[in-house]
Amino acid sequence: MNLFDRLREKSWQTPGVEGYSDPASYRPESAVVGMYVYIAVATALITLIMAAYLVRMGLPGTMEHGSGDDWLPMPEPPLLWINTAILVASSLAWEIARRAARRHVKGRALYMSIAGAVLGLAFMSGQLLLWRQFQAEGYYLAANPAAAFFYLLTAVHGLHLAGGVIASTRAFSQLGIEGEHARAFRNIRLCAVYWHFLLLVWVLLAGLLVST
Amino acid sequence: MATTLADDLKPLHHPKTWIGKYVWSQDHKVIAIQYSLTAIGVGLVALVLSILMRLQLGFPGAFPAIQPENYLQYVSMHGMIMVVYLLTALLLGGFGNYLIPLMVGARDMVFPYVNMLSYWVYLLSVMVLLAGFFVPGGPTGAGWTLYPPQAISAGTPGHQWGIVTMLSSLIIFIIAFTMGGLNYVTTVLQARSRGMTLMRMPLSVWGIFTASIMGLLAFPALFVAAIMMLLDHLAGSSFFMPAMMSMGQGTDNVGGSPILFQHLFWFFGHPEVYIVALPAFGIVSDLISVHARKNIFGYRMMVWAIVIIGGLSFLVWAHHMYVSGMNPYFGFFFATSTLVIAIPTAIKVYNWLLTLWRGDIHLRVPMLFAIGFIFTFIHGGLTGLFLGNVSVDVPLSDTLFVVGHFHMVMGVSPILVIFGAIYHWYPKITGRMWNETLGKFHFWITFLGVYAIYLPMHYLGILGVPRRYYALGETAFIPDSVHDANQAITIAAIVVFFAQGLFFFNMIWSYFRGAKADPNPWGAASLEWQTPDTPPKHGNWGPKLPTVYRWAYDYSVPGSARDFIPQNEPPS
Repeated sequence: MNLFDRLREKSWQTPGVEGYSDPASYRPESAVVGMYVYIAVATALITLIMAAYLVRMGLPGTMEHGSGDDWLPMPEPPLLWINTAILVASSLAWEIARRAARRHVKGRALYMSIAGAVLGLAFMSGQLLLWRQFQAEGYYLAANPAAAFFYLLTAVHGLHLAGGVIASTRAFSQLGIEGEHARAFRNIRLCAVYWHFLLLVWVLLAGLLVST
Repeated sequence: MATTLADDLKPLHHPKTWIGKYVWSQDHKVIAIQYSLTAIGVGLVALVLSILMRLQLGFPGAFPAIQPENYLQYVSMHGMIMVVYLLTALLLGGFGNYLIPLMVGARDMVFPYVNMLSYWVYLLSVMVLLAGFFVPGGPTGAGWTLYPPQAISAGTPGHQWGIVTMLSSLIIFIIAFTMGGLNYVTTVLQARSRGMTLMRMPLSVWGIFTASIMGLLAFPALFVAAIMMLLDHLAGSSFFMPAMMSMGQGTDNVGGSPILFQHLFWFFGHPEVYIVALPAFGIVSDLISVHARKNIFGYRMMVWAIVIIGGLSFLVWAHHMYVSGMNPYFGFFFATSTLVIAIPTAIKVYNWLLTLWRGDIHLRVPMLFAIGFIFTFIHGGLTGLFLGNVSVDVPLSDTLFVVGHFHMVMGVSPILVIFGAIYHWYPKITGRMWNETLGKFHFWITFLGVYAIYLPMHYLGILGVPRRYYALGETAFIPDSVHDANQAITIAAIVVFFAQGLFFFNMIWSYFRGAKADPNPWGAASLEWQTPDTPPKHGNWGPKLPTVYRWAYDYSVPGSARDFIPQNEPPS
């Protein structure tokens, strides 16, 4: 039954359980659903900051009260692109790990997911370097709103990535325990999806920062 | 590892120690009670603050301890505590936690550990909030809306530290809520027992479920706004702070947009009204149906109305900002979307009335509160139609009319439902019955009292009496009768305040001395009343999960031996 049919059910006319199998047999796992719900929350968070960014920039006609006179666009140092490449590599590693996990290939799933997590850490270090570079050039937080938004957006993104790295260590440790492998493979797949989501967010953020 | 899904095979991990059972508990019922008691506790602080405000308004100058800055601090803390830390936490953290697993036939929430964390982080947010009373300068006095630039500018009470504790506390609260909300949504989607289809769920679950989704999508706006304002205040950024003169000197800020904060705040703030209202709508539907011994009228319409109200409530936020100087075309759009919400809301009100129509109404205390809610909600809703129109709102804005309106619609109404719900489920939660006479006294004093408090406020508002004023002083357009009305309101508020003692006495006394409760004293059909134990034990259902054969509203079915058929009773 699709969702629309379910919501049209006249439940007062249809007592009984014929045709309803045990829910555990067909529902996705809770962790999977929980993560997608969280991705929706994170999407709302990022979208709202981006909306605030556009309003504060004073795009003509948006709300007619943004004042973008003080907006100084940020430079685009090469490090920005190096970090982006590292995050793409990280996501690629997770993708290989995800495919290995789907086929229950333990060795490759473990190595590639560790590689993905380490590359994630490398990305975060690169972002910190980028912060220091910007600060050295005078683009500190209070300097102007473009800089303030840059720090805010990269911090929110980085914290989400840090959460992903912490969660991924759980998957690694589960791979070391006999009987927990199915769970570990599932968690690796979830981590990979989460990483792809954060890569997508980063590409959008970088696009916003570069284009404005 | 607790059993979290619909499988009966995995063993439940039962805690052995008292601390494991009642303090660091992962049982949704214990967490619900922890949430509820904390929320009610901090709500009492806000109630005392409201009495202090009323004392000042009714008898200006008679209490020298209440200075203008104190008054503003009471206003701000009262508002924020009541809306976020009491109503949201109690309806979702309290009732959501208690009812969802029991009503959908689950053993617990799907992520019990995260659920436990959610409560402790919530408690931390409450402590940080209350710490505001003890920091230098006291809590913030910026109003519950915390508008910049005044919230963090010199001259506003608590602009140095009070605002920091407030914003930090909100950030912590939102983290706690997100952990809880993820649990409520995923549990409803994942842990319904066999046969519990979406359209067999009681409306309480529908209300809490929809409100949780809304909270997950709306609270991020407040989260972002709080972080940005903290950065403006502590790190010198200019997200919201414009260039301005403060205390005769120019500040370092340039170009920030205070209106941007208002948009973010109300993008959260308006859905927040429905985050509070939808669980109340759902719960009151169940109370009315059970105590009128009739199925809820138009069940499918009720579900859709909840979902549609939830969706529409994200499109109306700027009706709180008609006087902010925004483009008039925005006002037109937001007035239209605001008035459109009246349609699904009216459907709900009609359906409650039609459920009562020719029902076998038992005027027990929960039902009294449910019917009381219909009155207060209609009154509050109708004045909302006034304020939703730009041209009517502009002169009424920032008057006591607005205070009367929102207290009726989102203060009193959900609180009446909460009282009704506590009376309704108390026998299941504690296994004891409360005293009927005390309950009725509590209802009548509260119900008549809130009318004595808030009806005159509408009249004062139409006269133009402003809200948030410490004292009215000698103002030509305010007649003497306003002062008399203010005194009468204050006296009514004090009576209602003390009448709540009846409730607390009843609940505490009955917990120890009340008569033992029947497992299903009201003859209710929904699943939470069919547990093998009362109060339900850890794991809720004994060895086997219930199977659900019907919807939650089979009351007075012709040809049936009893006047209700439980959801887990197979068709004959």
